[in-house]
This record gives sequence, C-alpha cells and structure tokens, in this order.
Amino acid sequence: MTEVSRGELKVFLGYAAGSGKTYEMLSQGQELQRRGLDVVAGYFESHGRLDTIAKAEGLPLVPRRRVEYRGATFEEMDTEAILARRPEVCLVDELAHTNVPGSERAKRWQDVEVLLEAGINVYTTVNVQHLESLNGQVWQITGVRVRETIPDWVLANAAEVVMVDVTPRALLNRLERGAVYAPEKARRAMENFFQESHLVALRELALRQTAHEVDTRQAPSAGEGAQAAQESSERLLIHITADPSSAELIRRGKRIADHLRGPCVAVAVCPPPGIESLPHAEREAVERHLNFARNLHVETRVLTGADPAKALVEFAGLNQITQLFLARPRYSRFQLPVGLNLVHRVVRLARTIQVTVVAERHRR
Amino acid sequence: MPDIPVKRPDPEQLLRQVEAEEDFSRRGRLKVFLGYSSGVGKSFRMLDEARRRQERGQDVVIGAVQDKRPGDVDSLLGCLESIPMRTIKGQSAMDVPAILRRHPEVIVVDGLAFKNPPGSGNAERWQDCEEILDAGISVIGSVNLQYIAEMREQVEALTGKQVTDTIPRSFLSGADEIVVVDAPPEQPSLQESLGPQAQERLSALRELALVLAADVVDKQLEAYLERHGIENLWGTQERILVCVTPRANVEPMIASGRRNADRFHGELFACYVEQDELSAEDRGRLEANLSVAREARAQIEILHGEDPIHAIMGFARERGITQIFVGHSLREGFWTRIFGGPVDKFVRAADGIDVRVFPH
Repeated sequence: MTEVSRGELKVFLGYAAGSGKTYEMLSQGQELQRRGLDVVAGYFESHGRLDTIAKAEGLPLVPRRRVEYRGATFEEMDTEAILARRPEVCLVDELAHTNVPGSERAKRWQDVEVLLEAGINVYTTVNVQHLESLNGQVWQITGVRVRETIPDWVLANAAEVVMVDVTPRALLNRLERGAVYAPEKARRAMENFFQESHLVALRELALRQTAHEVDTRQAPSAGEGAQAAQESSERLLIHITADPSSAELIRRGKRIADHLRGPCVAVAVCPPPGIESLPHAEREAVERHLNFARNLHVETRVLTGADPAKALVEFAGLNQITQLFLARPRYSRFQLPVGLNLVHRVVRLARTIQVTVVAERHRR
Repeated sequence: MPDIPVKRPDPEQLLRQVEAEEDFSRRGRLKVFLGYSSGVGKSFRMLDEARRRQERGQDVVIGAVQDKRPGDVDSLLGCLESIPMRTIKGQSAMDVPAILRRHPEVIVVDGLAFKNPPGSGNAERWQDCEEILDAGISVIGSVNLQYIAEMREQVEALTGKQVTDTIPRSFLSGADEIVVVDAPPEQPSLQESLGPQAQERLSALRELALVLAADVVDKQLEAYLERHGIENLWGTQERILVCVTPRANVEPMIASGRRNADRFHGELFACYVEQDELSAEDRGRLEANLSVAREARAQIEILHGEDPIHAIMGFARERGITQIFVGHSLREGFWTRIFGGPVDKFVRAADGIDVRVFPH
C-alpha cells in the first residue's frame, strides 16, 4: 500500500448565516475547476438562495445519503461515496454540523478529517461562534448557547483560514429583503441572534480570530524566534473538578495556552484511594470534563491526594508549570474564613507560580 | 460589597447624541472596502456591490476608477453610469462639481487615497468624498492598507515601498461601514506585487489589515452600546489591566501583559490608585514602576478612591477589562491567613473578570 499525504483544509470563516461563506466557497471551487482540477460538491446548503444555487452550477454534486431516524428521513453528506469518487478537492458546507444519531461519525468535522486523511483537499465553511473555546463568550454576547461546536485544533490545523466579511448593516438588509431566511424566520432571527450589537461583536471576534490564524501561520523572524523560545516556557495547568464551571475553565485555559503557544494539561485531584471512590454522579462529571479536555487536545491527569491545593502545587512544581488556572470560588452571602478556600490556599502554596482565577460568565 | 457605579449618559451627552443623529441622517453614508495589498479584489467587490445596489433600484454612479484594472472589473464597469474624470494639468481628478450637479444617491470612488493635481478644489480625493458626503450623497470607496497614514511606517517596513498618498485613519474609523476584503496570499494576482518572500510579507500585511478592521469595529461597537445605553459586559477583545503599586514587582507582570495583549491583538492598561502618605522612597519606586509600564506602551490610568479595589473594579468595568494582573506579597499576618488579604478581596470583587496573581 502506498502512503497518501494528507489533504489540505481551507476554511471560509464568517460570523452569521447569510454572510456569503457558501457563495465564496463555491466561486473558488469554480475557479479551481476552470484551472482543471477535479472538484466536487460533497455537501452544500443553498437555503433556497438563488445566487448560491447559480454558483453551484457545473460543479458535480455527490448525492446525499438518506438516513432514517425515529420515523423521519434526514440527508447527510455521503462520506463513503466521496471517498470512492476520490476528487482532488471536495467542497463541504457547515463544518460544525451534527450528524443524525446512528451515523458513522457524530460530527461533520470528523467526516472532513476522514476525507483529509484519504488525501482529499477540503474547502469548508464555518462561523466563528462554533469555535469551542469561544462558547462561553458567545453565550455572554448573544444569550445563545451554541450546541454545535468544533474543537479549535480543527481550525488550527487548516492550511488556510479566510475571513468572509460583510457588514452587519448589509447582513440585516439581506435579512429584511428575505434573502437569507423566510420572512417569519427572519423576523425571529432579528429579534434574537441577529441583533445589531450581537453581530458587531461577533464580527469583531471573527476578525481577531482570522488575524490570530494568519499570525500563527507565519514563519517567525529571528527576533521573534528568541521571543518564542522564551514564551514556549509558559506551561499551563487547568484544575478540573465535578463542578460545571470546569467546562469554561478548560475553554479559557486552552484558548490562552494556544495564544501563548505553550502546552497545557488538565488535572483532577481525587481523594484517596482514587477516582473510583467518588460518588457516582461526581465521578461521572469529572470524567466528562476530562473527556471534554481530551477532545480539545488537552493532555489530562488524575492525581490522588487528600489536599487538592497541595497536590496541584506539588504536581505543578514537578512539571515546570508556570500558570495554574482555577475556578472562581462560590461566595456565599456570609464571609467564611478564606483559609478554607482553594484559591487562597493555592496562592499561598504556589510560591513561584502564577495563579489565574477564571471568572464565571454572566449575563444580565 | 458596595455596588460598582454604572456610567449613565448625562443630559449634555444625550443632546450631543441627538444632534449627532440628526447630522447622521442628513449626511451621506460612507462604506469603505479595505484590502491588504493590491490584487486582493477590492475594486471587484466594491463594483459588485454597486451593481447589486443598482439592481435593487438605487441610483448609483461611478465617480472615480483606477487606470490599471483587471478584466472582471472592466466588465462590471460596463453596467454602470459614470461621470468622466476631468483632466487638470495632464493629471486626472474626480469631477466633484459634476457629481454634485448630477446628485446621485450613491457615488463609487475607487482609490480613496489619490492626490488631486495642484489647482483642484481639494488636495486629496478623500476630501472630495467628505464634500460629497456633506451634500447628502453616499459614497462607497476602496483603499489599500498601505495608504492609511497611521499604518504607513509599519507597511513600509514590510514592503520597502514608499507611498506619498495617504488618508487619515480617522476617515476610515468615521466610516459608517468598513469591509475587509480578505484572500489568502497564494492568490496569483497578489504574488506579482511583492517580489521575494512575498508570502511572509503578505501574511504580515494581512494580519495588520484584519486587526485594523477589528479595532474600527470595536469602536463602532462601543459607540453603538453607548448610543443604546447598553452596558458592556463582555469583552470582544482581550483587555489586560496591570495593577501597579510602589512595592510590586511589575516587570514580569508588564512583560507578560504585553505578550498577552499582543498575542490576542488586544490592549494593555496599567493603573495605580493614588495614596496620600507615600514615602519619598516609595514615590521613587512607583515612578520607576510606572515608567516600566509606559515603555511597554501600556495605557496608564491614575485612579482615585478610598477603597483601592473599588476604584480598580470601577475602572475595569468601564473599560471592558477581561484580565486583571495583581501582585501578591507572601508576608502576611495571622489574621490575613484566616480572613484573607487584598488578593482574596480582589478575587471576590472581580466578578466576571479573570484575575491573575503574580508571586513577588
């Protein structure tokens, strides 16, 4: 068997439906076809928009797979058929899509990984709010908890990320003209997710994310190389517990580690004899958080120790950790002795290590 | 814990706002397409929008185009009315009087940074646009990153090319809308423009353009929130605040703050809460610490207030700070160990903001 080199991923990044990502992906697909490449549309969603449909003309379409689930029929991308067809470039819309239960893979980005592994180049579209590490921030901005997320490393591994920019004003005009959604859906969208302030904020996130992606893809200059060497000495530790705040702690810690270009590890501390002895619900929650961290490509460790503060600081010392990430303590109305709180104890034990207390996200 | 005061608009401010909104409705609207290099496709995007606006029934006229243009741009030009450029001393300039007479709804201006020939009404084309906007005509225009006056040095360092035509950044940030025309550097039309190491240079330019746009958008967001009386609870960009005291070991805090701000393309602040009874020695240390912050291009803010934590939190919320860096002294008494010191109070007060504690 010959080894195939992995295909390259190109991502068209936007910040809302109707921003023109699909249109841009299709026009670049057309351009590649003109240059003689074998391009197919593996999956694209026109949402009934005429200019999008027109842009897809002439591109071979791989028929969707029909999946029965609970008496209804769903259509999904037919990854196996694309693999059999072996195009040079495959266009795949909506990278963050969740497949119907019972599909081979749970998420479309996993299907895309399979295509890339098989040596097929993929062009895809996604909105910035689907990035896992921004989930808390996006909720804070919009009040919407985005359920369909992609791990940040999928974007980081892409060969190229291109911002498809449109102004919120233009987007809202398109909505009002009915160019994005049907009238009723458009009206609801404008009252919720598509408020102008939300769109402006999401657009800023998308611009900065694209700048970050461009930044990380540049070869460092000599001066930056020395600086990078110093920065890579940053090593982060994220403390995981059964508390729901752990999810945001992992997102935030990983996002900061990615920007500082340092490794990070997620650590849970369980009382002796170990994780097996935790009450069932608690153990399940800890394991869920460890799993979440692993999915984001964060290394995980489970330590055993009666005193979490001591165990964390000891582990940090042995592993050259420079920064510890802890959740903000839950404060009651009464002032309790802080001697009992983990942040207080870790700050005092961690003599040379920085401690970051990560805030909980609120909305008012 | 006392409540953090929320900024409310005062009547004067409201009046200014009403006036600004009236102005806003009379003046034309400005939309700018920003590219990071020539060949990125700005003119095409701009003219494509002009064509679509015309199809929707708007009265769109072309006021200025560039002489050198790719074929796809030419085919778009064919479907739009244009007002011919006039020639002054052998150089072409936009015909502002003719545009004002024709008075369309929208005028299209390619190459906003062009200089007008001597003897024209305005020295530069962007000033022509101001005149046109004031007359109630909307403008859609395009410009390259290298022509933004405040970006010139950075761009020249990357490209080695000098430019003399510029537009002030304020013209861009005053635009109603700005669109980034982004494209990956491998696009062939881009490679021609820059010679060896084109890829790296283009990537650096591209990053600059994206961050410039993000900063302009951030100002728009702030203005929008203020206009609608919405309190900014969420940071769309990282803003780091380093708390400076005379005894704090600020160097690692500032160095790390700078690095974080740069990596996130965010902003760095440093603050000090004024205290009366500082010894001469502490005064000197404070000055030294503040100059460390100044050298790292932190925005420095001297705060006042009886309760330092309260003062810092008030400032942090007003400015949308996302991370506060504080120093922690290990010398503490018995009661502090039981009931907590400034760091504990800090963490408690900093609801919604990350706190990073630096050991001294």
